[in-house]
Amino acid sequence: MRGPTRAGRAACAIAAALTMAGCGGGGGFGGAGVLTSSWGDPQNPLEPANTNEVQGGKVLDMVFRGLKKYDPRTGRAVNMLAERISTPDSRTFTVTVRDGWRFSNGEPVTARSFVDAWNYGASLRNNQKNAYFFGYIDGYDRVHPAAGRQRADTLSGLRVTGPRSFTVRLNQKFAGFPDTLGYIAYAPLPRAFFTDHAGWLRKPVGDGPYQIASYTKGSAMTLKKWNGYPGPDPARNEGVTLLVYTDSNTAYTDVLAGNLDLVDDVPATQLKNVRTDLDGRYINTPAGILQTLAFPYYDPKWNTAGARKVRTGLSMAINRAQITQTIFRRTRTPATDWTSPVLGTAGGFQDGLCGPACAYDPAGARRLVREGGGIPGGQLKITYNADTGSHKQWVDAVCNSINNALGDDKACVGNPVGTFADFRNQIGQHRMSGPFRAGWQMDYPLIQNFLQPLYYTGASSNDGQWSNKQFDRLVDRANAETDRAASVRLFQEAEKVVRDNMAAIPLWYQNGSAGYTARLSRVALNPFSVPVYNEIKVG
Amino acid sequence: MGRYVARRLLQMIPVFIGATLLIFLMVNVMGDPIAGLCGERACDPATAAQLKREFGLDQPLWRQYVTYMGNVFTGNFGTAFNGQPVTELMAAAFPVTIRLTIVAVAFEIVVGIALGVVTGLRRGHPVDTGVLLATLVVISVPTFVTGLLLQLLLGVSWGWIKPSVSPAASFGELIVPGLVLASVSLAYVTRLTRTTIAENKRADYVRTATAKGLPRRRVVTRHLLRNSLIPVVTFIGTDIGALMGGAIVTERIFNIHGVGYQLYQGILRQNTQTVVGFVTVLVLVFLLANLLVDLLYAVLDPRIRYA
Repeated sequence: MRGPTRAGRAACAIAAALTMAGCGGGGGFGGAGVLTSSWGDPQNPLEPANTNEVQGGKVLDMVFRGLKKYDPRTGRAVNMLAERISTPDSRTFTVTVRDGWRFSNGEPVTARSFVDAWNYGASLRNNQKNAYFFGYIDGYDRVHPAAGRQRADTLSGLRVTGPRSFTVRLNQKFAGFPDTLGYIAYAPLPRAFFTDHAGWLRKPVGDGPYQIASYTKGSAMTLKKWNGYPGPDPARNEGVTLLVYTDSNTAYTDVLAGNLDLVDDVPATQLKNVRTDLDGRYINTPAGILQTLAFPYYDPKWNTAGARKVRTGLSMAINRAQITQTIFRRTRTPATDWTSPVLGTAGGFQDGLCGPACAYDPAGARRLVREGGGIPGGQLKITYNADTGSHKQWVDAVCNSINNALGDDKACVGNPVGTFADFRNQIGQHRMSGPFRAGWQMDYPLIQNFLQPLYYTGASSNDGQWSNKQFDRLVDRANAETDRAASVRLFQEAEKVVRDNMAAIPLWYQNGSAGYTARLSRVALNPFSVPVYNEIKVG
Repeated sequence: MGRYVARRLLQMIPVFIGATLLIFLMVNVMGDPIAGLCGERACDPATAAQLKREFGLDQPLWRQYVTYMGNVFTGNFGTAFNGQPVTELMAAAFPVTIRLTIVAVAFEIVVGIALGVVTGLRRGHPVDTGVLLATLVVISVPTFVTGLLLQLLLGVSWGWIKPSVSPAASFGELIVPGLVLASVSLAYVTRLTRTTIAENKRADYVRTATAKGLPRRRVVTRHLLRNSLIPVVTFIGTDIGALMGGAIVTERIFNIHGVGYQLYQGILRQNTQTVVGFVTVLVLVFLLANLLVDLLYAVLDPRIRYA
């Protein structure tokens, strides 16, 4: 961090004389080997099973390690605390926990650390927002019934069989289950979490490469390297200080001024200058995020054979290449399937699976919409929330594209909703009359995660209530399949059902972006668009 | 004087109840706050129902309001969605904003009144024209432009200040943000002072004081300024409330974690408890500032307290 210039010293002297307050030289946060990074205030208390957004997840990712971890480059789930996860039938899994792992307070990580944590996460009483992740485990419906009181405190599918081994019994076959275990909701918890919950929340203790040194809610968190960390991925820096920014523009300005080392969200307005401003210290890599337009299938107008043609026509009317280039400056890539490139071809990503339905073709679009009987209701209203994420820009652009293709400047309009909460509220109450913005950020890099939660009948994020028996059957078969490649193939078959019905219009894959100062090296983003903090070198 | 104060205090009660009720209704009309809590996916119904029960959102609105007001009088502003008591958020946010407001008001008083007196005494003089022009520019340029420009110039290009304020937010760091926050009001204070000074300069009592042979300095400070300050005091008094509540833009630009920041977060996340809590306190601040202004009036001009 650079010290104040002479003029700065003068200004400081005046300031100090006026107010008796000092102007520090550097940040006062950095220091040798410690980097500062932008952060957002976590929305929920920092508990593994209660954190469902990136900012809280970022911290838990530094403080916790679970049975598996997703490789920051390939996204593949690799064993971390798990020594072995075996199954004879894709339904009962035996987990052996590695020896020698400890929480940073000295307590050893055992099978019980996992089982207790999962039981806590699943229990309705604890209001954990990620509780549904335990929905695959036997007994979930008793611990977390959809309505009424809970009838059991612990999941019957979990059994501790030894100090370092436990078994998990699922309520359905799910071969991919071990690969989901890198998700933060499955992290182990120390006894202190249960005995002194309030104290733990003030300063969470985990088993990851960092430990929390101090936490001032709403403004800053200092994490320091935990020297006793036994894992294969220790921190290469001395620590990370996360500073809360309300505006990514301010964080970006701070990076330019050398007042902050790393910003992991370069604001759209700065994309024009970022390459010259940061001179190569700008990252723009694909993340597991797909933006789509979802449809309300509870509205009979959208649930007809004709409407299927209209949806495909609308998809062909959107000029994805132009919008991603002019509005997003290539920080998004036109989508050609319903998953994400971060899965890799082996993981199920298939470039071009959408085919001509996702290619810009105004004539074809006009024809299909006409054949399908025109837009249901006469006009397309795309609903979005206007408070965050500058959604207005691209919704207007998509509408323009559709209007131009259909040759009718009233065919499509944006329908802004004031706040995200109200937007979610209207979706939840099934009050959508037309397509609405839908973004999907993967929980774990599995093709299953891009399809089942969104399109399976009655699934947790199937907001449009799409339902297709063929799709459901294919997903069930894919989950039961023990051979990974065969399972992925079946999921792709299911994805083709989504395509043929155009259940949702895929728009673009989203990239993660970050900028950093010359103090740092080895900066990279993982498939979740979060910086791989432990790999960063300072100085 | 006592009756006057009592009457003013009584008037505050309906205003307070009305203002908080309005805010309460507005926040609740925006829809179900729980819906936004689970991110892009829907909360599972059982958890949502339980959260609602916990935050008291399943009660009818009027009962929520009554419970809320009951709690407020015992100093309990409820719990924000992230599990923190709202009073804790206030304890973190208000000192910062108060410091920012102090800096801003200090600028208004010192710079604004001084410039106003100088220009008011020398109307038509090049200094007067210059200041008039400058204030016109300041008034017409929006705060976020001034803020971003100063941030870029002083913070990035010249490196005099840090572009953002640290969580500690000491007075030294708040000078530039305070100036940005004060800028528009400062221009108004200058113009207001200038006009009243220029007007009162020709008043009989000033001519009398000058004719008595009083030194010019004494005429200006004791006679001219005291009488000219009434409208300025009104303006600055009401401005305190406006500055505290209206610092959202400035606080965002300089990343100051004050009241504006908390309100902004609260509104985005539709966090009823945070928004209503902070607004309740802001209403109180506003009412007290107004009360103070009215009382000062009565002190400055005895005719008012008998009216």
